[in-house]
Amino acid sequence: MAHMNTQPHDHIVRSYDEEQKRLVAEIVRMGDMAVAQLEAALDVIERRDDRAAARIIDNDEAIDALEHELSHDVMRLALRGPMARDLREILAALRITAAIERIGDYAANVAKRSVTLNLSPPLPQVRGLSSLGTLAVQQLRDVLAAFRDNDADAARRVRARDAELDAQYTSLFRELLIYMMEDARSITPCTHLLFMAKNIERIGDHATNIAEHVWFRVHGDDQLPPRDKRDHSNLPG
Amino acid sequence: MAGSPTAQPRLSARGLDFHYGDVHAVRNVDLDIPGQRVTALIGPSGCGKSTLLRVFNRIYALYPGQVASGRVLLDGEDILDRRYPIDRLRSRVGMVFQKPVPFPMTIFDNVAYAIRHHERLSRADMESRVEQALRQAALWDEVKDKLRRSALGLSGGQQQRLCIARAVALRPEVLLLDEPTSALDPISTSRIEQLVEELKRDYTIVIVTHNMQQAARISDYTAFMYLGELVEYASTETIFSNPGKQQTEDYITGRFG
Repeated sequence: MAHMNTQPHDHIVRSYDEEQKRLVAEIVRMGDMAVAQLEAALDVIERRDDRAAARIIDNDEAIDALEHELSHDVMRLALRGPMARDLREILAALRITAAIERIGDYAANVAKRSVTLNLSPPLPQVRGLSSLGTLAVQQLRDVLAAFRDNDADAARRVRARDAELDAQYTSLFRELLIYMMEDARSITPCTHLLFMAKNIERIGDHATNIAEHVWFRVHGDDQLPPRDKRDHSNLPG
Repeated sequence: MAGSPTAQPRLSARGLDFHYGDVHAVRNVDLDIPGQRVTALIGPSGCGKSTLLRVFNRIYALYPGQVASGRVLLDGEDILDRRYPIDRLRSRVGMVFQKPVPFPMTIFDNVAYAIRHHERLSRADMESRVEQALRQAALWDEVKDKLRRSALGLSGGQQQRLCIARAVALRPEVLLLDEPTSALDPISTSRIEQLVEELKRDYTIVIVTHNMQQAARISDYTAFMYLGELVEYASTETIFSNPGKQQTEDYITGRFG
């Protein structure tokens, strides 16, 4: 049957609504922190700033701490025995915070590798990494907005756009391979770049996961339509 | 009617209406209750769920001015038909109420009482039937050494299990439970819930409960009623994770507005 996306009535127990709203706001805040970390990581790669990279690595702790705190909030809500949309709400919250925590880890990893990258002369492919990162940032922003607005269609659009990110990753991957074949001295920095690109590609996957959790939160069991997976990076280059 | 269970129905209501005085308590309900499953009836007070349960064994017929119309089929036979013998119905459809009310007699006689009303058994047969019923109600180990003592000395949870033993002693096909744990502590409640899970192997169980978590824990199918109407009926998982109707969702999430 057609799902009603109408705003639900308020709970009879008003503190439930307040705690649920607070949970959503905190998850969005956690997501914003992860986005800021990723943006900062992309920035330090271009500026080759090791001190700033170290700060990003340290900042990841704050995201981990927030995840810990939010899982406690979810547990407190779970004690009330939530049903239906409330049950889906806390399941989605738990999964989304876990995804954001991973995104934070990847962003910190990118920053960490940038320090190693700075031991070698600058590479032109850094620009490709930067545009891949910008796309991932946009995906994250959009999926967090979809979560905040409980907008399943917006989430579905984010999910569909992941193919673009995958395609960009694949082309960067090939570019780096060719570069390494041309000049053996570039193998070390290019390998680091490859890992960084892979981290960003994984961030995109987590944005997709979050999109699926938003869909689940709104629609319950309904399956998302299959999506185009244009990632052929596993094929010989 | 949306989302009926797919299992073979054992008990079916067809176009069922129920009136008492000027009150139209059950409105045109169609409901298929599958065998060897637990079906929960939920809904706010006065929604007709207990009334519906009471129609299933015609217990309402004890009260003047109460009228059921439509059909209730038990294995294809209409139990609302006046020609359907009430004794036969009561032995096929057992009922357990909210408050355990043991008869003021021994534990043994509480269980044997109903059997004597329906059957003549030798002493040995009677003893084995009583033991079997008490075992089925998970009470045997606690009472086997005091069968000749008064049932009134049992705890509330034990009394409720005694009432269940009394109901299953007649070997019914359907067991109706009307808020069987609302007067019990959590441990006794868990015992009854565990028992329901075991009993569903042999019986078709319909339970009325106000406890959403209980319905979610122990039932296979859940019917949500509101103002005498059956609003939604589906698998328990569907009802409590992703109900189809806004009214159902508002009720189970505590949002009635």
